[in-house]
Amino acid sequence: MSSAAEPQAFLAVASRFENIELVQAVVEDLLSRLDLDGDTRHWIGLAVREAVANAIKHGNAADPEKRVEVLLRVEEGTVVVKVKDEGGGFDPTGIRDPLAPENLLQPGGRGIFYMRNLMDQVEYSFGPAGGTEVTLRKRITDAGAARGAEEEASG
Amino acid sequence: MNISERQEGDVTILDVSGKITIGVGDVAVRDAVQTALSSGSLKILVNLEEVSTIDSAGVGELVSAYTTVANRGGRLKLLNLPPKVNDILQITQLITVFEVHDDEREAIASF
Repeated sequence: MSSAAEPQAFLAVASRFENIELVQAVVEDLLSRLDLDGDTRHWIGLAVREAVANAIKHGNAADPEKRVEVLLRVEEGTVVVKVKDEGGGFDPTGIRDPLAPENLLQPGGRGIFYMRNLMDQVEYSFGPAGGTEVTLRKRITDAGAARGAEEEASG
Repeated sequence: MNISERQEGDVTILDVSGKITIGVGDVAVRDAVQTALSSGSLKILVNLEEVSTIDSAGVGELVSAYTTVANRGGRLKLLNLPPKVNDILQITQLITVFEVHDDEREAIASF
């Protein structure tokens, strides 16, 4: 089956928080073309918000001269979102547990936890010349789920 | 997003609408709670009925507001959580931290 008809989008935005709304508008438009319920669209949109917010705030230190790139596509029944910044990277294993009693009332530290809860898969990769890319995946059809299971089994 | 303040006896009610998200809504919540504290209110009820989206920054501001008010000897409670806001607070177990009401009269009487 060709994937030519499956929607995709690419954006590059300056590191300003108001640009999250721009990304959100594109995400909502893309997701509205799919056979998804409102709740699923909302949760995917929120996960993307968190990824872009992290890229702007932590990756690019809110420097508007630095860009955040967002790639959205649907492949084999899975929504795939890649968000890339120009920052120095970080250690994903060093993220604290927001559910630990000593962290429960901390003002921050929940963004990645929310992404992991709202999506099926969250992966980080770090470029040799810097930059962090987070890839979010959410299966939206049974066919996508079946293919994902096959890949896991063969991987 | 918009926040309007009203007074019911000695309880300050903040009616929040729109998005409580990074860069805009989160700061507005912080400022509104700070203003209420500055005017002497120690009983703050945050009505979230008209909130469409809350992100981790917005959740963080609610937590900060809660601890700031508690540290002053006051209490901050939540009113009318939309299902999606409720879900977000469930995921990070903050629903166990906040006192949540779904009836304004009862919420006011609970202080």
